[in-house]
Amino acid sequence: MASKSTIEVFTRKGVDEKVATILVENGYTYTKVARASEKTLRKIEKILGERKLKQVLNAIRTKERAPKKKAEKPLKKPKLAKKDLPVKIEALNSAEKKMIKMLDKSGKMLPRAVLNELSMRIEGVNLPDKLLVKVLDLACERFEKHIIDPNESVGIIAAQSIGEPGTQMTMRTFHYAGVAEMNVTLGLPRLIEIVDARRVPSTPIMEIHLAEEARNDLDMVRTIASDIERTTVIDIADVETDISNMEVMVRLDKRKMERKGLTPEEVHKRLSKAKGMKGLVDLREGNIVVRCDEPSYKKLLRLSEDTKATPIKGIEGIHRAVIRKLGGSYVVYTEGSNLAKVLEHEHIDKTKTTTNSIMEIHEVLGIEAARNSIINEASKTLEEQGLTVDIRHIMLVSDLMTNDGDVKAIGRHGISGRKSSVLARAAFEITSAHLLRAGMTGEVDLLEGVVENIIVGQPVTVGTGAVNLVWSPAKKGGNKE
Amino acid sequence: MMVTGVTKRISAIKFAMLSPEEIRKMSATKIITADTYDDDGFPIDMGLMDPHLGVIEPGLRCKTCGKKVDECPGHFGHIDLAMPVIHVGYVKEIKKLLQSTCRSCGRLLLTGDQAQEYVNQRDRMEELTGDMFESSYISAESAKDAASRTTCPHCSAIQLKITLDKPTTFREEGHKLTPKEVRERLERVPDDDLVVLGIAPSVCRPEWMVLTALPVPPVTVRPSITLDSGDRSEDDVTHKLVDVLRINQRLRENRDAGAPQLIVEDLWELLQYHVTTYFDNQTSGIPPARHRSGRPLKTLVQRLKGKEGRFRSNLSGKRVNFSARTVISPDPMLSINEVGVPDAAAKELTVPIRVTDRNLAVAKELCSRGPAPEGPTYKPGVNYVIRTDGRRIKITDKNAETVAEAVEAGYVVERHLMDGDIVLFNRQPSLHRMSIMAHEVRVMPHKTFRFNLCVCPPYNADFDGDEMNLHALQSEEARAEAKVLMRVQEHILSPRFGGPVIGAIHDHITGSFLLTHKDSSFSREETMKILEKVSAAKLPAPAVKSPTERWTGKQLFSLILPTDLHMTFKSSICQKCDVCKKEKCENDAFVVIRGGQLLSGTIDEKALGAFKGRILDKLSRDYGSDASRAFIDKATKIAIGAITIRGFTTGIDDEDIPNQAKREIDDAMTQAMIKVEEHISAYRNGELEQMPGRSLEETLEVEIMKVLGKARDTAGQIAGRHLGLENSAVIMAKCGARGSMLNLSQMAGAIGQQAVRGERLSRGYWNRTLPHFKQGDLGSQARGFIKNSYKSGLTPSEYFFHSMGGREGLVDTAVRTSRSGYMQRRLINALEDLKVMQDGTVRNTASTIIQFLYGEDNIDPARSVQGDAVDVDDVLLTVLGDTGELIAQIQEKGVVSYGIQDRDMLETPEDPESEDETEFDAGGGEEG
Repeated sequence: MASKSTIEVFTRKGVDEKVATILVENGYTYTKVARASEKTLRKIEKILGERKLKQVLNAIRTKERAPKKKAEKPLKKPKLAKKDLPVKIEALNSAEKKMIKMLDKSGKMLPRAVLNELSMRIEGVNLPDKLLVKVLDLACERFEKHIIDPNESVGIIAAQSIGEPGTQMTMRTFHYAGVAEMNVTLGLPRLIEIVDARRVPSTPIMEIHLAEEARNDLDMVRTIASDIERTTVIDIADVETDISNMEVMVRLDKRKMERKGLTPEEVHKRLSKAKGMKGLVDLREGNIVVRCDEPSYKKLLRLSEDTKATPIKGIEGIHRAVIRKLGGSYVVYTEGSNLAKVLEHEHIDKTKTTTNSIMEIHEVLGIEAARNSIINEASKTLEEQGLTVDIRHIMLVSDLMTNDGDVKAIGRHGISGRKSSVLARAAFEITSAHLLRAGMTGEVDLLEGVVENIIVGQPVTVGTGAVNLVWSPAKKGGNKE
Repeated sequence: MMVTGVTKRISAIKFAMLSPEEIRKMSATKIITADTYDDDGFPIDMGLMDPHLGVIEPGLRCKTCGKKVDECPGHFGHIDLAMPVIHVGYVKEIKKLLQSTCRSCGRLLLTGDQAQEYVNQRDRMEELTGDMFESSYISAESAKDAASRTTCPHCSAIQLKITLDKPTTFREEGHKLTPKEVRERLERVPDDDLVVLGIAPSVCRPEWMVLTALPVPPVTVRPSITLDSGDRSEDDVTHKLVDVLRINQRLRENRDAGAPQLIVEDLWELLQYHVTTYFDNQTSGIPPARHRSGRPLKTLVQRLKGKEGRFRSNLSGKRVNFSARTVISPDPMLSINEVGVPDAAAKELTVPIRVTDRNLAVAKELCSRGPAPEGPTYKPGVNYVIRTDGRRIKITDKNAETVAEAVEAGYVVERHLMDGDIVLFNRQPSLHRMSIMAHEVRVMPHKTFRFNLCVCPPYNADFDGDEMNLHALQSEEARAEAKVLMRVQEHILSPRFGGPVIGAIHDHITGSFLLTHKDSSFSREETMKILEKVSAAKLPAPAVKSPTERWTGKQLFSLILPTDLHMTFKSSICQKCDVCKKEKCENDAFVVIRGGQLLSGTIDEKALGAFKGRILDKLSRDYGSDASRAFIDKATKIAIGAITIRGFTTGIDDEDIPNQAKREIDDAMTQAMIKVEEHISAYRNGELEQMPGRSLEETLEVEIMKVLGKARDTAGQIAGRHLGLENSAVIMAKCGARGSMLNLSQMAGAIGQQAVRGERLSRGYWNRTLPHFKQGDLGSQARGFIKNSYKSGLTPSEYFFHSMGGREGLVDTAVRTSRSGYMQRRLINALEDLKVMQDGTVRNTASTIIQFLYGEDNIDPARSVQGDAVDVDDVLLTVLGDTGELIAQIQEKGVVSYGIQDRDMLETPEDPESEDETEFDAGGGEEG
């Protein structure tokens, strides 16, 4: 019988064999049952009876749910994505459209940035087409003059351009411009941090922009800030240990509670859910008491410490939230960062809220976001120090770091350690290990990079070394090479 | 003969491991005795200095190849080890192999399918990413998987746990495995299983990781030095090899004599120690082998590793000939692309000239002058002549004539440096490409290198004892490349930000300010003096004809501008008023240049300065580098002419302020201190209101800092009121030549709060900074506020506080240089292989695309307009003209970009909170 294997599928999931046989004989396969709609379920119920159906479903459902969701996901996602993705590229304005048309006619091209700059100036000005063509022609001519040469060693130029101003930067961490109360790593240490692709920055900071309904309402902003800021018991109460009664006394501070928008009941609820305190927490005259279940002072002390550190409210990792007015509306700055959790908050402008933790952005928003984040953070750091570095250099570094879909550090554990050339790696760091390994795996160095060629003493492969000019004078037979 | 035509390239280098057979095969001789020389000082045969291994003494010939010193590259020998010994570099690999293979059959502890799966996975990974690193992870993973199996899937033998006692002892469940046993096991591993573990069986058999023969490097690799006393001092590697040989000998004797197992094992371990330290003398877990003097020996790994190792010090960077180094000094009369070379250096540095029929006469003439031509003016001579057969002949005064006669076509004559030669000029640290530029030689008397002051910024040079290097180029290709790519004028625009890095500094800026500010004018005589160094300037009609002829500075400056230059921008002296009065600016800060005529505005740092000079920027981008070079030369000469005519000096009396002002400053200071005391008592009484997110102490600090900061500003303002533009120091500060108003207010007004780590000074003694104060004193004086000015002088405690702040600055600088140096090294190493391909993409050596279009718009940052692809305002201005109605409409919209917008390239925006660290960059004289 063909249904034998079908029955087996049921039994493997823990369904009684008899029940399975009944089901199969009635034409129900495993998948049919597992993905059954209410209607079919009721049909099955008629066959099996309520109790048995429940058994079957319990056996099946738990394991079946997951693949079912998976199958649906790819269908749903693109639709959602399109709607939710904010359009960050502005639509072409009339002047730009006009200019693009003109350029197309002459078969030339200009980058959007240039067109936009131009359009901002000529918008509304009655510029005759004849002159506009002239303007575009000149712009194209200048543009082409400014194009980079092939084989230019852009990498080295970028590295020098970012490294050279390093000597002019400060080492100190200053106060953040605008938010005086916060310490932010700036200058050289911050730049090194970015380039190193550290997991957690030394001073994680978030800039949380708020949804339209909240951004101008100070009270609402305050509640949001207190929702985000992690509050522990010690922030809202005095915690005392009562040795005679073997208790931990939590004296709630009403003023502080009010500021955080908490009630004693809420705190009680939170505390009693905490690990190791279940059933030991009482609400007594507006204060909270945590009893110690063991007559041990050690345990009591630990209980007291645990109580103090119990989180009541807020998002993990965010120690402090500060409200600032930025360009007419309120913005929340936080010390500590947890992008994933903050984005879940309903009154947040998800398109503008950022963190300075590049890795977090990579995890939550993906590699393209991480790439932009590196560019932004690095140029912000340099700019803040009053150093101008062309954005193209920073872009190149960022693109290299994020090239394979993962944020790689500049250095021995990242890019440099993965070079294809043995000699290049040996010349950078950990020389002997690389050479020994190369001997074992029989690596071949194709001498395509810069250091390798310097080591063996031949022209490098970038710049003028990349091209060769051969002139073979026509010999007697006129043979050419 | 010199190579002509296409040069050969090494296409690839393959790495492999040496097998014992290979070691013996390539060996020139077997080494058996630990002695090096006999009593007569001759090397012993089959000793470590065996003449078969190569020659280090001049005159002798190699016994293997018959060549002399410098011709014979040296030959390897070998030592047959009495017992096998583990290679330290491969212990980890050996451990992995032992753990993941069967102890009885030697097969990998994975079934064929599992192994194949890992191989496929790795192949796929390599194909997809081309990344060696990722695929090595998979090999490691397969080894781990295999090591976790307890029974062999092939022969069902039970596996025992293998541990490694660092550095080189293996144990199997506590039982010690001798290297011999290890080697036997490794021999059993089949080739196919090695592939799974990432080892290429074609180049490496695992048993080779346990050495039975040791290659002995040629003597050329470990030359001995003869000391003055006549004693020989052997190289560290030789010393180590002697140790190995000695123990090897003893081990063999003992083993052959049937000595007790214990003694043999001890000797075996000792041999292992010596071989281990022979490879790497910094192996953790064992004491480093030491020289008799107690210095640890530098063995093989130490020779390669680190900054002073072979790779970084001898292979990636090399010492060169034809170079010179000396102290630098300024010479404003040189062009920016010239360098003054002392004649003594010019006579040592040479340029090879290939003699042809056409230059035969010249070559002969040069040769006949000999190595030290006499005469009132410098004339290049010749140091060496290379004949057609490659022989190099040194020219002396005596043989000069005879050699000159012998010179014929095909000879190469090494001629002294002469005017017009292209050389490379460099100053360390070479942080960017402008640290090495090509200059034209001007041979000069005296002993320093000289160059134009405008080239100081890219080299970051000053003249407090700095030295620089010069390299004479030796081939035609090099000279051509240097001339096209590396000349100074090609580097006026920095690739870092697309603005000028070469430009007027210090006195040049003061000079041009004095020349062009407002209605400054000059008599005929003065005009002539100013213009005398600027060639081809046709004097315009004087602006004022009576009573005497006078020319305005603006007229004179216009003489050097291109006649079709149109520019509009604001000077450094701009007060940044709310409403700009443009041409009618009372400070004369609105620069308008039309048709090459400076119509209004003052030429100062914003126009000419390095990093900021607008005119330089425009000229070098649109008029070409040569025009720009000529302009810089002329502009600085005019500026120096102007400053010489007027005379310019500054001294401590420039900071003189009237007594009335001094009293005002005193009052302000007292007021501030009273206020601080008020804050403190409020804090003590608990009346201070806490700032959100701050502790009470922090709040107090912030308040006090605010008050004191304001006090210093007030003092500065009071002092500033009495310092007008007639004051030299103020002129320098305002036009951007040197110093800032902050510096001046510190000299004339008050220095202000000293800070360490951005806080008021607090450390030193218990609860106080100095014993002059009471414990817990939070007052301004006790915490490092300096109410005096540099001019009035500091009290002892103030002086001490000032030193504290100063010390932090010094420490900061020291730490910063090393940190940023390392960061740059890493950046360079990571990015060095990236280049723009012919198709506009940016790729690395593996041809992975990093960017599809360089910088998203394919624009060269060095050619960009401060980052923008095209200067849109300038395009519009050029097409529409500067008077039309349309341009007026456009300008009215107030959209500003590069043309008018202020974008500073180097200046930090003045931060009221940042403390006075400006004073430290003034003292650059730490050079020895």
